[in-house]
Amino acid sequence: MARTVSSYFEELRASRVWRSVFRSGVGSSTLKRSLAVQQNVFLHMLPTKVRARIVGFSATWYLGTLTLGTFLVLVVTGILLMLYYHPSAPQAYADTKDLQFVVSSGFFLRNLHRWSAHAMVFLVFAHMFRVFYRGAYRPPREFNWVIGVFLLLLTLLLSYTGYLLPWDQLAFWAITVGSNIASAVPVVGNKIRFLMLGGHFVNANALLRFYVLHCVILPLAAFLLVTVHFWRIRKDGGLYSRRSEPDVVTNSSPAGPNL
Amino acid sequence: MADDKHPSSQAPDKLAGETSDRNELDRREFFVRLGLGSLGIAGAGSVAFGYQFLSPNVLFEPSPIVNMGKPESFSLDSVTLNVDTRVFLVHSQEGFFALNAVCTHLGCLTAWKPETNTIACPCHGSKFTREGVKTDGPAPKPLPWLRMWVSDDGDLMVDRATEIRPMQFVRV
Repeated sequence: MARTVSSYFEELRASRVWRSVFRSGVGSSTLKRSLAVQQNVFLHMLPTKVRARIVGFSATWYLGTLTLGTFLVLVVTGILLMLYYHPSAPQAYADTKDLQFVVSSGFFLRNLHRWSAHAMVFLVFAHMFRVFYRGAYRPPREFNWVIGVFLLLLTLLLSYTGYLLPWDQLAFWAITVGSNIASAVPVVGNKIRFLMLGGHFVNANALLRFYVLHCVILPLAAFLLVTVHFWRIRKDGGLYSRRSEPDVVTNSSPAGPNL
Repeated sequence: MADDKHPSSQAPDKLAGETSDRNELDRREFFVRLGLGSLGIAGAGSVAFGYQFLSPNVLFEPSPIVNMGKPESFSLDSVTLNVDTRVFLVHSQEGFFALNAVCTHLGCLTAWKPETNTIACPCHGSKFTREGVKTDGPAPKPLPWLRMWVSDDGDLMVDRATEIRPMQFVRV
């Protein structure tokens, strides 16, 4: 008799190697499935149990998850673009053109990076509007809202620093205008602009600084805050649902513990 | 050690009162303050170090003094934009003068529009007269006049770092 695919999976999950990695054990009881989440370094930040309704599309429109998705696309495509890009003037412009017309799939990767960046900014705003109008920023989630505001700031800074990297006319003048806006800060404005650009003009120093900010510092900061943002979801009692709030729900017990 | 002096049987609030009454530091508190103070000094040093590190000591930026060429190459009543130096060289009836071509709003490069006799900024629509006076748009200040002189070789020289009062013409 032919074996089913799931029987192969069962055998794999019962093997010694699998069980040395995933230690929650075989079987699909509620306990085992909870342990599988709880004992996984990546998943343990998330709630062990959630209401089925809250993972449906209508509860959140998946805006936060989609934002994470675009961020991951940006990380992957960005790392690939870095393999062909030199952050030096005027080589950067030639590399950008090479990515478009010479490198295999370079045109696709560059456009994927660009459109994902636009989509991420849009999704962050959509996510924040939804959270705001649903009132999901209220206690106990106020700290997570603040982290979200910082993530918005990081998203905009990532967008801005990435703007300069093609080193074309649009990039040059956009960063000239943007850095002059920064110099409007009272007293220290010109100093901020000088440190930001590493000089008095948008030149090779500015390109290198924006490159390091765009590829290392800002993504690491975003990664850190995204981690805290997700962990806070669990600590604040899971995703916001109007029916799960104490003043609305009067006589029902939650389907799972709020870990 | 602090624990030896204050056996655990004593009430904590009494301990706190005792310490503050005598107004003296125990060894633990002394080291806590010493440690925090050291961290504070190290932190301030890091900020100073970071600021100095991020400020370049040597800049490979072009000299502010530029040679614009011979006066004969600029015909009377002409406005010439030199894109590389970002300077307008104007040859008017009264003489030569140089304007900084960088818009005083947000730093875009302006352009001469002979059909309307104006200097216009492409970024946010500021407009200036040939003498740099703002006539339209968000620019907060007129285009500055730059110091200008004739070199020993008879070339027109402009110092982009030195602004002068308007209406000071160079006659050749």
